Amino acid sequence: MKRLALLLFLTIGLASSALAATPEEIVKKSQAAFFYPGKDFKARVMMKLISPSGQERLREMTMLRLNTGEAGGEQKYFMYFFQPAEVKNMTFMVFKYPAKDDDRWLFVPAINMVRRIAMQDKQASFVGSDFTYEDVSGRDLADDTHELVREETLNGKACFVIKSTPKKADSAGYGHKLAWIDKTTWLPMKEEYYDRTGRTVRLFSADEVQMVKGFPTITKRTMKNSQSGYRTEVSYASQDYNVGLEDSLFSERFLRQPPKKWIE
Amino acid sequence: MPTPRTWLAALLAISLLLNAENGKAELNLHGFIQGNYGINTASANPDGRDAKLTEERVQLKLEADQGPFSFFLKTDLAWDHLDDQENLELREGTLDYAASSWDLKLGRQMVTWGLGDLVFINDVFPKDYEAFFAGRPLEYLKKGVDGIKIGLYPGFASFEVIALPRFTANHFPDAKRFWQFDPLPGVSNRQTVEPSSSLENTEVAVRAYRDLAGFDLSLYGYRGFFRQPAMQLDDPAPPTRLTLWYPRLAVYGASLQGSALDGVVSLEGGYYDSRDDRAGNDPLIPNSQARFLLGYQRQFWEDFTVGLQYYGERMLDYGDYAATLPFGMPAEKRLHHLVSVRLTQLLRHQTVKLSLFAFRGLSSADYLINPEVKYNLTDQLWLAVGANFFGGGEPWTQFGQLDRNDSIYFQTRYEF
Repeated sequence: MKRLALLLFLTIGLASSALAATPEEIVKKSQAAFFYPGKDFKARVMMKLISPSGQERLREMTMLRLNTGEAGGEQKYFMYFFQPAEVKNMTFMVFKYPAKDDDRWLFVPAINMVRRIAMQDKQASFVGSDFTYEDVSGRDLADDTHELVREETLNGKACFVIKSTPKKADSAGYGHKLAWIDKTTWLPMKEEYYDRTGRTVRLFSADEVQMVKGFPTITKRTMKNSQSGYRTEVSYASQDYNVGLEDSLFSERFLRQPPKKWIE
Repeated sequence: MPTPRTWLAALLAISLLLNAENGKAELNLHGFIQGNYGINTASANPDGRDAKLTEERVQLKLEADQGPFSFFLKTDLAWDHLDDQENLELREGTLDYAASSWDLKLGRQMVTWGLGDLVFINDVFPKDYEAFFAGRPLEYLKKGVDGIKIGLYPGFASFEVIALPRFTANHFPDAKRFWQFDPLPGVSNRQTVEPSSSLENTEVAVRAYRDLAGFDLSLYGYRGFFRQPAMQLDDPAPPTRLTLWYPRLAVYGASLQGSALDGVVSLEGGYYDSRDDRAGNDPLIPNSQARFLLGYQRQFWEDFTVGLQYYGERMLDYGDYAATLPFGMPAEKRLHHLVSVRLTQLLRHQTVKLSLFAFRGLSSADYLINPEVKYNLTDQLWLAVGANFFGGGEPWTQFGQLDRNDSIYFQTRYEF
């Protein structure tokens, strides 16, 4: 009986502590779990773009990420493309800064050229997919107001449902977003993006979660555009954390000649 | 001088050796099949043909690597229906070695320096202007160079040092296919003399680069030759014989690029030291010049980007040039400058690309307009339709002389 009381006490304590978390804290934890786990990350990414008629286009790349600051802070991304053939050997590098525009460089192998590219719009489609750059590397916490709408169970997982509304209407391609955040992993299990009139624009679902070196990781995900009927499925063929990426990798030298051990 | 075939054979032999030595070397083969056609819209070619280009082309790219060594071969076989001939071209063929703080690339390679979009200051490497004007894919504007490149990465900055023992000239539009200005149409006895391969004539190019407060800073130096020929005439008046040759050149320059003004800002400058005409009093050799570029690129909405450039070349010994220019030769202006705009819009999940590029000469009032639509039907197959329109200015200015060469081009490529 004492034990039961203790358990009950603990459960209430945990639940109330979770309840006591502000919506900002929940989103912050979720971003840390989703975009920042580990010191670094390496994944072989298969991205399938599927049209309403079923035509498929495939993007295959290696994505490397290095955290250079705290969770929510600066990061460096490096992408190497295997497919389609037209962009094979192309590399792309992003220095992500939370409060200002990112720096982006592209390497075009056909003419051996490295260029900075202007891409201020983080809402822009990532390589033609239904994911935006922000979906890949995260959105600044302070760009939205966050509200805990309710708590509910989704596919057997206890979730916070958070409503995020952009502070500046033109800073996002949606009016507001609902996110179902798993209370144990802090990963978003589902997201619904609405336009300003309240219609759904895009739907995100986490289709598979694996534990990788102790970090819960979404290894399969889908983004569906409910207006165009297109969807994009992303799966990791392999993934790993704390692989020892060095800062020097994120340089023009390796954009031109990415070391094999990091891209394979 | 090694022909493409001997290059090919040598590199294939190296790759086979690499392979034979150890079965672990990984071999990759990619490439494409391409059709490329350009039809005149203004007038027939000087030789009477109606097309600037009709060709099919196969490109093979072979990559192999083993440990710190890697090997790359990119070779084209083209069937040119205008000249009714096959062309085998080694686009690139390199052997690489990468150590932790330096690397080396030996062989025929592409080098692209500087920040200009179709204008070049510190990119002193050879170009194929005919390819661009005739409507080939843009990558064919660049030609490979034969030599060695060493990369040094000591930490505080990075360095590229290039030595080119074999001179490669720019390729200018063929007189049979393109109407262009000829100051001496009566002289048909012509010869071209390229710098011979010698230690003294070995071109050297150096680039040092690093980050400077969030901007990409590069410093450049080059000692070699102009890639556009100068004229030399024999004595009698009127002259009977014309020799095209490549005067010596040195270039010192710098560039800076970074995020600013909600876009990307580019600045580049260079001093062109015309080593065979330092006094500037030989009107047949280019005067020394200061070249400068200001560029700005910005994305205005999703998948729509605008690029603007201002580019100028200022002759540094103009008085001497003007004083010695023979009577009857069109005089160049002291400042040759132009602006350019590039608009790019991607549509339909980035499978359709609409682009418009235009130059407008400020000193010569001539223009080039290049609209293009490209559609990726599948991940393997794309096609593009575009056009090049030239005009304005005078019959001898940069784009004005190309006035009668307007054409529409078609490109299609299957990649594997």
